[in-house]
Amino acid sequence: MTDLVSVLIDGVIYSSYLFIIAVGLTLIYGVMKILNMAHGSLYALGAYVAATLVGAWFNAGLNPYGSLALLGLAALLVGVVAGPIIERGLLRFMYGRDEVVLILVTYSVFLILEDVIKLVWGVESYSAYQPYGLLGNFDVGDLPYTVYDALLVIVAVLVGVALTFVLTRTRQGKLLLAVIHDREVSAAMGINVERVYLVTFTIGTMLAALGGALIAPKVSVVPAMGVEVIVLAFAVEVIGGLGSLPGAALGAIIVGLVRSAAVHYLPEVELFSIYLVMALVLIVRPKGLFSAVEARKI
Amino acid sequence: MNSNRARAASILSITASVLAIALAAATAPAVAQDKPIKIGVVTFLSGAAAGPFGVPARNGAEVVAETLNAGKSPSPYAAVGFGGTPIEIAFVDEAGGTTKQVNEYRNLVQRDNADMVIGYISSGDCLAIAPLAEELKRLTVFFDCGTPRIFEDASYKYLFRTGATATMDNTAAALYVTEMKPALKKVAGINQNYAWGQDSWNDFEAAMKVLKPGVDIVTSQMPKLLAGQYGAEISTLLTSGADVVHSSFWGGDAEALILQGAPRGLFKKSTVVMTAGEPTLVRLGTQVPEGTVIGARGPFDMFAPDTELNKWFRKAYEDRYSVAPSYPAYKMAQAILGVKAAYEKAQAANAGKRPSQEQIIAAFENLSFEAPGGKVDMALGKGHQAVQGSAYGVTKNVGGKVIVVNIKRFAASRITPPDGVKSDEWIKSGFKTAK
Repeated sequence: MTDLVSVLIDGVIYSSYLFIIAVGLTLIYGVMKILNMAHGSLYALGAYVAATLVGAWFNAGLNPYGSLALLGLAALLVGVVAGPIIERGLLRFMYGRDEVVLILVTYSVFLILEDVIKLVWGVESYSAYQPYGLLGNFDVGDLPYTVYDALLVIVAVLVGVALTFVLTRTRQGKLLLAVIHDREVSAAMGINVERVYLVTFTIGTMLAALGGALIAPKVSVVPAMGVEVIVLAFAVEVIGGLGSLPGAALGAIIVGLVRSAAVHYLPEVELFSIYLVMALVLIVRPKGLFSAVEARKI
Repeated sequence: MNSNRARAASILSITASVLAIALAAATAPAVAQDKPIKIGVVTFLSGAAAGPFGVPARNGAEVVAETLNAGKSPSPYAAVGFGGTPIEIAFVDEAGGTTKQVNEYRNLVQRDNADMVIGYISSGDCLAIAPLAEELKRLTVFFDCGTPRIFEDASYKYLFRTGATATMDNTAAALYVTEMKPALKKVAGINQNYAWGQDSWNDFEAAMKVLKPGVDIVTSQMPKLLAGQYGAEISTLLTSGADVVHSSFWGGDAEALILQGAPRGLFKKSTVVMTAGEPTLVRLGTQVPEGTVIGARGPFDMFAPDTELNKWFRKAYEDRYSVAPSYPAYKMAQAILGVKAAYEKAQAANAGKRPSQEQIIAAFENLSFEAPGGKVDMALGKGHQAVQGSAYGVTKNVGGKVIVVNIKRFAASRITPPDGVKSDEWIKSGFKTAK
């Protein structure tokens, strides 16, 4: 029984992390039809900025609880700086091109950002461990969990609820949905599509950086940390359906729970289990669980 | 008159040319003697392994080369460079996978004419480079990679390894924890899911079964390399009730395991053994929980002997980089000093003249030499593979600093199979040669 509960808790914590990363990818693909390969680097950038800010905060001897706010600030900074630079400086010249070309373009951004990170932070690891243990632990049965991990789950839920609310209940969200449905008609109806793209890419960047910033206190911030995460984020995307918000949530939950169960009961197949689920989903629904029905265009 | 002048000028010109050629011919051996010895040094300069391993190793190579060339190193390495000839290092990044490394090695040997190559941290890269070194017939020295398969599955003429294998790390770790916790009943592992992690766990598991017959192996976690998040693995280890948790995690993965495991009490509930944990002390300090069993893949850093050679290396490294050298730096220094010892032995046997590659190889086989980590014997693999003692200790926080106490040293003969015997067979047969 304890095992089952810990499988669920570990799975939900991991799912939350996956969701925060995958939802940014989903948003960008849903609106802009860009499979953003640079997402991993933006995640890493968030982690590096967070580690730098947290390190400076504690070196200055300021209130430790303030460091939690710095994680959000790091995501905001990366979002508003890197997002517009990439979108305005590069991607806008590529709109309308084949999706494969855009993958190559974002892959080149990924490589550039990896080198930028090395130039700025070097190859040494950084850690921002202080916030992780700051809030203490809680016990489930005999198993201790950190409150920080619970916070991660809360943030993931808040991100999901906020995005759903904005998309379905606000004017801006409805404009966004219109652009998702048909870019050309939206433009013809007077929607500033370029602005929608800029805002979407900035928010997507912010979410990638938020994932990195929130994970920074749990890990050692090292070069190439973005490479691993992009593979997992794509697995979540593929399972849930590209560009689908509920799909990203369900994909994250499936991957998180399957991985957790494998680690607890059959650790030898932990890595294989994720891709087995992905393969099974693709056999049944080749475009993912929540892929939208597409009208045939003549 | 003009004709005579022209003739005289012509004769002078020819004479000058002949003299110049004769002078050049006469000084040629001296020029050749002074031509620096070019060493290709391959280590991770980018990627996840650069920070914890590659850069300290690179720095170790740089500081040793500089001090050797300046003639500022202590006995028995006081001669400038190698036997009076300066050494010149060309660094190559080990990142990028085995295919890239094979090309880089070819470039070093065939295009850049490196006199020798020292390097390789990844066991995968070592397995790929070993046959190539034989094919291209160039002296190559592995300084760090741990797989025992290199010299257990084949023999080589041009290849040497000056660092001990992973078998020694894990047999020593098993001996340490059984002495530390004689009543232990349950053992678990968390290792990275590739050759290094699998080999390390297999050796440790087999050694524990020999040392503690009937020991219960409660779980073996094998997360992906660079997975970064170990929440579920830590829960499994916590619920397993293991007395000892073995981990060969390195770099960011080792740091992440500590950062995530410590707040959840993993290091209090079980004794965690980190066979490659020494660099994490440099990076995380007192974040490494007290009571963690730490290894340095040999007698390096805090396990190094109190010798003039160790003092010289530590001071030179700390003066240059303002940080203490971790074990990859020690192992790189060990490799360079090993080649220097072989070179100078060969030079002495060659009446003080620059030795040929064949002469260096002959001198290197079965050589014993001193390094900052202590004595190294090239005793396995027909004299091409080093054996060296090892040591483990537990962490303790004193005055805001982490130190390692209860250090126990293990002689090479106690943790090393005899030449010609495979490590796994030797362990399973019950450490038959153990003394």
